[in-house]
Amino acid sequence: MNDMSDGYITADGRQIGGVLMELKNITLKFGGVTAISDISFDIRQGEIRAIIGPNGAGKSSMLNVISGFYIPTEGEVWFKGYKRGPMRPYQVAQLGIARTFQNIALFDGMSVLDNIMTGRLTLMKSGLLSQAMWWGSASKEEDEHREKVEKIIDFLEIQPIRKTPVGRLPYGLKKRVELARALAAEPKILLLDEPMAGMNVEEKEDMCRFILDVNDEFGTTIVLIEHDMGVVMDLSDRVVVMDYGRKIGDGPPDEVRNNQDVIDAYLGVAHD
Amino acid sequence: MPDQLLFAMEVTLNGLMAGVMYALVALGFVLIYKASGIFNYAQGVLALFAALTLVGIQQGQVPFAHLINAMTGMHVSHFGWTVPSVLAIILTAGVMVGLAVIIEKLVLKHLVNQAPIILFMATIGLAYFLEGFGDVMWGADIKKLDVGLPQGISETVESVTDSIFGYGFFIDNLDIVATVVAVLLVTALTLFSQYSKQGRALRAVADDHQAALSVGISLRFIWILVWSIAGFVALVAGIMWGSKSGVQFSLSLIALKALPVLMLGGFTSIPGAIVGGLIIGVGEKLFEFAIGPMIGGATENWFAYVLALIFLVFRPQGLFGEKIIERV
Repeated sequence: MNDMSDGYITADGRQIGGVLMELKNITLKFGGVTAISDISFDIRQGEIRAIIGPNGAGKSSMLNVISGFYIPTEGEVWFKGYKRGPMRPYQVAQLGIARTFQNIALFDGMSVLDNIMTGRLTLMKSGLLSQAMWWGSASKEEDEHREKVEKIIDFLEIQPIRKTPVGRLPYGLKKRVELARALAAEPKILLLDEPMAGMNVEEKEDMCRFILDVNDEFGTTIVLIEHDMGVVMDLSDRVVVMDYGRKIGDGPPDEVRNNQDVIDAYLGVAHD
Repeated sequence: MPDQLLFAMEVTLNGLMAGVMYALVALGFVLIYKASGIFNYAQGVLALFAALTLVGIQQGQVPFAHLINAMTGMHVSHFGWTVPSVLAIILTAGVMVGLAVIIEKLVLKHLVNQAPIILFMATIGLAYFLEGFGDVMWGADIKKLDVGLPQGISETVESVTDSIFGYGFFIDNLDIVATVVAVLLVTALTLFSQYSKQGRALRAVADDHQAALSVGISLRFIWILVWSIAGFVALVAGIMWGSKSGVQFSLSLIALKALPVLMLGGFTSIPGAIVGGLIIGVGEKLFEFAIGPMIGGATENWFAYVLALIFLVFRPQGLFGEKIIERV
């Protein structure tokens, strides 16, 4: 792996670290359909990395490869300097990769607090038996985790709905709870699948602020997929552009914006 | 106190005890429903299978004896030893955990993200399979189950009530034990599901498979856990019912009595299963006592179902069921 140690300085002066995850020549096929063909890029410690592209470009498939929901047909995923073998999705989650979903996947029947607590399941150490018997350590552990969760609740400004069943919440708040649950896992990489989809302007601004704050406060590495070009350009440090399963651009927002292939893909090009 | 009132009190008490027995069966249903959204048709058969296995191990029966005899021409039936009750119960619990692992591997694993009706049908298949399998394994004859639980009428209760009211209540010793066991079981299960890490994971899996995977929950582990607990509850129900009325095929039919209990209590609530069981138990005994003689008796056969039907009209989610939330 090249330049493992040295990072770069962003436009707003943040220091970005070495490579945290590297995707090498990823190809993903479903039967005869090629969703992703031969894409390579890296994700660095502490950066906000965006994946953009028109509908059907393979962005969500890419995210699912990173999160372990899909195992690539060809190619390798390197995480923290090690090659990742074939894993089940829950094992990838245990490695420290948390995500949110495009169509919100929360536990509707549970309270906001309980939902966020599930995010900490992988961090809880006490075993089945002591949990069942509710021995001292299990109860003390619960309190510690509860404290961390309360911090995240404060951070995302959702204190008033703490006890509300998630099924009752409006869309924008659900998205925020989902972010809280992912954050509760203290992830190494946070994957956001269209975090602003279906939001109004005000909700979008809130979400933007939270994403930047999360990155700033916890130093979390964030990978996000987004349709809204304005949002992506404002938020991200580096952008991968996909079209028809191929990578057509990769670099800082300003560079990508002026890339002719990207302009063609987004605005269309006259076929003559 | 007038005799009629005392008699009514005794009937109520007996009803409460019977209700506990119903609740024990209903509990198994609730557990699996809560954790996987499956209505487990096989719960009754699971209780039968547990009881059969317990008797088999206790009496040192050779499993598949008939099959072995038929195939080899030998005449084996018993190993010739008996296993102490406590050890036999622990071994049977082990068998139920093993069964849970097998069910997950052969059935559930292949049905991730399928519609609940598919899973429901799978449990119907499972019920018929286990019914036959239990017969082949341990034989189809009616067996007596005795794990040392007290039998007969409680003399303490009789003498105490006699000295207070001048009228001795007849309460079955076994029913008293069942009540104590049920209370312990329900307390433990409620605490486990509400306040433990695994309990939370369990509720998460019931709600959304994909989201559960994304927070690092292994569906496999949770399913094995749930079916093991359900198997354990089935074992407890099997012991109680088996001690009461012998281990035989009809044991699997007690599951039918659990249905109205569930409709009353709600499919998703452990306390609901208990309260539902008590209401049905007391209701059917009192109804038989007060109204039965006027309409020719035998009301216990249908009272529970009619009560459940009335409940379905006015409160379809049951007394304690989760509110059906739908944003419009």
